[in-house]
Amino acid sequence: MADSRVLPLGEAEWGGGVSPYAVGHKKLGMWLFLLSDSLTFSALLIAYSYVRIASDQWPLPFHLWPSIAMATVMTFLLLSSSLTMAFGVAAAKRGDTRSAVRFIVLTILCGVGFVVLHANEWMTLIDEGVRLWSNPMGTPLFGATFFTLTGLHMAHVASGVIYLAVIAAGLPGNRFHHEDVEISGLYWHFVDLVWMFIFPLVYLLSVAP
Amino acid sequence: MSTVPVEPVVEAPRNYLNASYGVKSWLLTTDHKRIALLYLVTITILFFLGGAFAVMIRLELATPQGDLMTPDTYNKMFTLHGIIMVFFFLVPSIPATLGNFLVPMMIGARDMAFPRINLLSWYVLTIGAVISISAAVMGGVDTGWTFYTPYSTTYSNTYVTLMAVGIFIAGFSSILTGLNFIVTIHTMRAPGLTWFRMPLFIWSHYATAIIIMLGTPVIAITLLLVGAERTLKLGIFDPALGGDPILFQHLFWFYSHPAVYIMVLPAMGVVSELITCFSRKRIFGYSFVALSSVAIAILSFLVWGHHLFVSGQSVYAGMIFSLLSFMVAVPSAIKVFNWTATLYRGSISYDTPMLYAFGFIGLFTIGGLTGLFVATMAIDLHVHDTYFIIAHFHYIMVGGTVMAYMGGLHYWWPKMTGRMYPEGWAKFSALVLFVGFNLTFFPQFILGYLGMPRRYYAYPEEFQVLNVMSSAGATILGVGYLIPLVYLFWSMRYGERASSNPWGATSLEWQTPSPPPTENFTVTPVVTEEAYTYSHEAPEHV
Ligand SMILES: [Cu+2]
Repeated sequence: MADSRVLPLGEAEWGGGVSPYAVGHKKLGMWLFLLSDSLTFSALLIAYSYVRIASDQWPLPFHLWPSIAMATVMTFLLLSSSLTMAFGVAAAKRGDTRSAVRFIVLTILCGVGFVVLHANEWMTLIDEGVRLWSNPMGTPLFGATFFTLTGLHMAHVASGVIYLAVIAAGLPGNRFHHEDVEISGLYWHFVDLVWMFIFPLVYLLSVAP
Repeated sequence: MSTVPVEPVVEAPRNYLNASYGVKSWLLTTDHKRIALLYLVTITILFFLGGAFAVMIRLELATPQGDLMTPDTYNKMFTLHGIIMVFFFLVPSIPATLGNFLVPMMIGARDMAFPRINLLSWYVLTIGAVISISAAVMGGVDTGWTFYTPYSTTYSNTYVTLMAVGIFIAGFSSILTGLNFIVTIHTMRAPGLTWFRMPLFIWSHYATAIIIMLGTPVIAITLLLVGAERTLKLGIFDPALGGDPILFQHLFWFYSHPAVYIMVLPAMGVVSELITCFSRKRIFGYSFVALSSVAIAILSFLVWGHHLFVSGQSVYAGMIFSLLSFMVAVPSAIKVFNWTATLYRGSISYDTPMLYAFGFIGLFTIGGLTGLFVATMAIDLHVHDTYFIIAHFHYIMVGGTVMAYMGGLHYWWPKMTGRMYPEGWAKFSALVLFVGFNLTFFPQFILGYLGMPRRYYAYPEEFQVLNVMSSAGATILGVGYLIPLVYLFWSMRYGERASSNPWGATSLEWQTPSPPPTENFTVTPVVTEEAYTYSHEAPEHV
């Protein structure tokens, strides 16, 4: 029985080893990691929504100027960075390493800009007395949820910046394949996507009247 | 199989065990088979550690008075028992050891898709375990393994944060293992191994990996929030700051109910292999068994609210969760019926692994049916937080998972070590385990129904007889675990040499020498037929 199975390659139809949607194993791994990570953010966003709905007066601290305007600029930066990243991936696929690196560096600059503006936002709120456990606007959980959600997201952006820097640095020396660029792009788009949930749920729902 | 293997024993000159020597060759290995053995050593230690805490619990409960330890110590004993057994033994148990060893071999691959991440996941688990054990040594934790708020966040004065960090880290080990399984199964199957030719063991590990990927991040962030609440006064679960302790229960059980299936699905995969091999039959309803694993994986995420029937959840939510919990019983029952139908008119042999498989089916059925009791809101009101619950989930986790784990360990032991275990001793200890298990936990169903609450170190006199039975059973159970520990070690050196396929099984891992070479297969196997092409004959006639 045992021997009947060990046939030379090619005699049986090939059903294994075919990657779904022609995805390589590294890329599939990244997709799965992002799927998993999306549950982390989902849990936090649901926790935030839950305590917010349960609260009588959730603070509405964000004025159109400067908070919402700044958050919009940050959103714009992240969206642009996804675009430059997509160009970078396309360039890497063409084998145009020089412009791939240039686009990745642009992406990194957008990411850094996002982090700087966001850090500034944090500093302003901290100056106003917003803490993890209390804030002058009332419901203490405003600070807890705001800092946790945006902090986790910012940590992802910061890791993304480092990740992209490593890719950009290794690309000219052929240490990375163009698929590696694409995989880092997946991560970057994911971070961008998460912000598209945080921006409306945290900022736009809390515009000061 | 009752006779010695008939195939001539071919000495494998080079295999994964003797390919290299020395501590470094093990600690830096990327061979999935060696990593499986690293896991085996780690979780065996953790299992006996968790067992030691169980011994303390059963000793205290041998008498109605709280006389052996203080109530605080008792709280720590059951907490540490639960945490170590759930997060550090049951969750990794079958996937990390048998799964790690077998998933690549069963699909005809040389290794996992990410061998280095595989090794990393072992280190991560070990680091998590060390941190959690140090929390235990420094003073323990007394919240119960469920970390319910607000006790865990506000009132407990024990090492909750450190313990949460340990479990948080161990969670990454799960995620990395699950990720590795999915990618490996997708991309590394041998030619001809289509999805519906895969052994059911692979299907069940695939489904388990999905649950791990979707559930673990939620428990990780939840425990982190508990830690942050203790250290930074975060307040999401603190009513004084506007938070809600019930939210914790939702988030916790969103992972921890599916976690039951992280423990049981791999066990079901093992049982499917054992039942077919030792009844020499094709599995009855292959695609039903395979897809029921996926159905369980999906449904398991929709039932968490059955843990909150008495926690202040709306009664309508409770009704929906109750209904959904009944639905998750359907795919589980499909599996049990299909195994039974597979046995029908099979040529059954009663080797040790098969005894464990029978044990699994019987005990899992009891655990599953009592699960329907507790999924019924009215009955749950009566038995909630009593020993009925304890008995129910031990039938699933110990009667189900651990039985299948033991069965699988015996079944694949010849493949892993190249040696047979002593059949007489193995049968004896399987019997001891079965008797000990039932004597330990069946009385707890009655105790719970009579109203004995869980987590108390003293109890009314009238419960003593049943508690003494339970403690006596636990002693027998302990012996049942120690005997295999001794003879399995013994067999690694003195056991009879195993042939490449001592059970006459059909899956790919049996078509390479025992123990396998480092690269698993010298020629890439090509699969031309479905799984379980058993032809009703005992292996000696093959
Ligand atoms: Cu449950």
